[in-house]
Amino acid sequence: MPTPLLEVTNLRVEFPGRRGTLVALDDVSFSIAPGEILGVVGESGAGKSLTGAAIIGLLDPPGRIGGGEIHFDGRRIDNLPYDDMRKMRGRSIGAIFQDPLTSLDPLYTIGQQLIETIQTHLPLGAADARRRAIRLLQETGIPAAEERLDQYPHQFSGGMRQRVVIALALAGEPRLIVADEPTTALDVSIQAQIISLLKRLCKEHGAAVMLVTHDMGVIAETCDRVAVMYAGRIVEMGPVEAVIHSPAHPYTVGLMGSIPAMDEERERLLQIDGAMPRLNAIPAGCAFNPRCPRAFAPCRIERPDLMAAGSTRAACWLHAPTWQAAA
Amino acid sequence: MSTALLQVEGLAKTFDVSPPWLNRVAERKPRQFVHAVDDVAFTIGRGRTLALVGESGCGKSTVARLLVGLYAPTRGSVVFDGVVASAGGQRPASIRRRMQMIFQDPYASLNPRWMVKDIVAEPLREHGFAAGEGRAGKQRIADRVGELLVSVGLTGADAEKFPHQFSGGQRQRVSIARALATQPEFLVCDEPTSALDVSVQAQVLNIMKDLQARHGLTYLFISHNLAVVRHVSDEVGVMYLGRIVELADKALLFARPRHPYTRMLLDAIPDIHMSGRSRTPVQGEVPNPLNPPTGCTFNPRCPHANERCRSERPKLLDIDGVRVACHAVEERRI
Repeated sequence: MPTPLLEVTNLRVEFPGRRGTLVALDDVSFSIAPGEILGVVGESGAGKSLTGAAIIGLLDPPGRIGGGEIHFDGRRIDNLPYDDMRKMRGRSIGAIFQDPLTSLDPLYTIGQQLIETIQTHLPLGAADARRRAIRLLQETGIPAAEERLDQYPHQFSGGMRQRVVIALALAGEPRLIVADEPTTALDVSIQAQIISLLKRLCKEHGAAVMLVTHDMGVIAETCDRVAVMYAGRIVEMGPVEAVIHSPAHPYTVGLMGSIPAMDEERERLLQIDGAMPRLNAIPAGCAFNPRCPRAFAPCRIERPDLMAAGSTRAACWLHAPTWQAAA
Repeated sequence: MSTALLQVEGLAKTFDVSPPWLNRVAERKPRQFVHAVDDVAFTIGRGRTLALVGESGCGKSTVARLLVGLYAPTRGSVVFDGVVASAGGQRPASIRRRMQMIFQDPYASLNPRWMVKDIVAEPLREHGFAAGEGRAGKQRIADRVGELLVSVGLTGADAEKFPHQFSGGQRQRVSIARALATQPEFLVCDEPTSALDVSVQAQVLNIMKDLQARHGLTYLFISHNLAVVRHVSDEVGVMYLGRIVELADKALLFARPRHPYTRMLLDAIPDIHMSGRSRTPVQGEVPNPLNPPTGCTFNPRCPHANERCRSERPKLLDIDGVRVACHAVEERRI
């Protein structure tokens, strides 16, 4: 295994409040190799976006990293001073957010925004920066890039804006891109274009990607590995193929069964009853145990960590050798 | 084929989006119209589900609103169970009672200051279920509200709560209970699950299917998600820029899509069972509806477009048992 580009160990994100501290992310560990695409999937509130925000150092206060470490290329980045982190953002770690309209400043032209970003990170003169901006727009498939450069965001459609946002993220030649739901706001036909674009560009630029999404289809098409999150923890992690076709955690099984598939006919969808617990009421033991069809004694007492389970790793006592007989 | 419950013919809705009068005069700007829905026709059999799919701005929600009477059509007719429902003015209560709607956003479609019992009881009061004033009427309404909540998987005790005490999926159940209050036969569901997480979406879709089986409901189901449509519908209409471009039985449409736009949509869906598949996404975007292309509106994105497609608008024709609006299919070019 190559040395990881990003390594997150035991990350904990908490929100101190008047009525105690809410733990939004607890004991999250994963790594991304250079050039790899890691998918992070889960339902709303599972903590997937927070994981991304913690890595790029953009947690909204009062949210804070309460424990654990984040290493980028061997360097610890979770405790960097604000200015150092600011230099890394865009240069080493790029970010793409969900809503392409709010990611762009409506008062500046696309060109001004791109050139500013390029000159912040790369030692280029005005003319060179402009040439690079045009090339970036061309690479992201924007027709008539030279004229479009002097237009404002409102003159672009949603899909085109998302292309500009991708161009912005690539401007500093980052080695890691954190993409938070990059296609959720787009129509399916545009979504397909953006996904194949993202895949192609990351390959060409050799950038690793952490792709946060709730759309399992997008994960299946794009990623090498996937981490499934539930209530602030990773419950299963493994190669995409394995997680989709032979999921080991009961939550992943339920999640897969609840997605209406295009290639098979089912009278009823598998349903997981109930809803994800609130952060202030996470059950003892495994957070999924009240909804789990296979929960047994240890699930209510002790929280499982990720353990080997077939070809993936799952945080579930069903896969612990000591408990397998009991289950 | 069962008897048609709803028949729509030549339905059209045009919105006036002209600049204000002063700007038109001072800046010599012309009047502008958006043809949100144009010449849409379909029938839905009793107890069946027709799904309308398409991308944002294709007019599917406008069709929904036209059907339930939230908009008045510019042209065309809506015939509900033999009664013309689209005539100007307010519809008779007898028809309004029998058609209800479920909206997309469960956070915006419930009054945050009303308790669930008031939300669900409103249609009951409106349509005179409270006959026998006083205590007896109140009790009847309370009983009915409890029944409705149980039928969508909530409990009677939930009647005393406010919408903010519920999750998104539970709120959508409240919406469904409200829509079912007057015992309608026809439900228009405008993207009922697109604001929900997949596991919750599965719960809501299952409830909708159960209710259909139990009460013989007829659905118009609007969605942009083809996998969901495939799961719930009997027939599917694909819309593009205000028109239906293909209308077919579900099995036929998914097995053998005819219109190039339908093929493109089907190809564009990321499928969890085809990991690593590389796609060739169709280029281009939906054109501006203010200034749609001449001829077939899909022609700038279509790989099979020719001169005729650019000049003549295709009609929805019966071809091999499906209805398709495409010159290339008609001429057997594809």
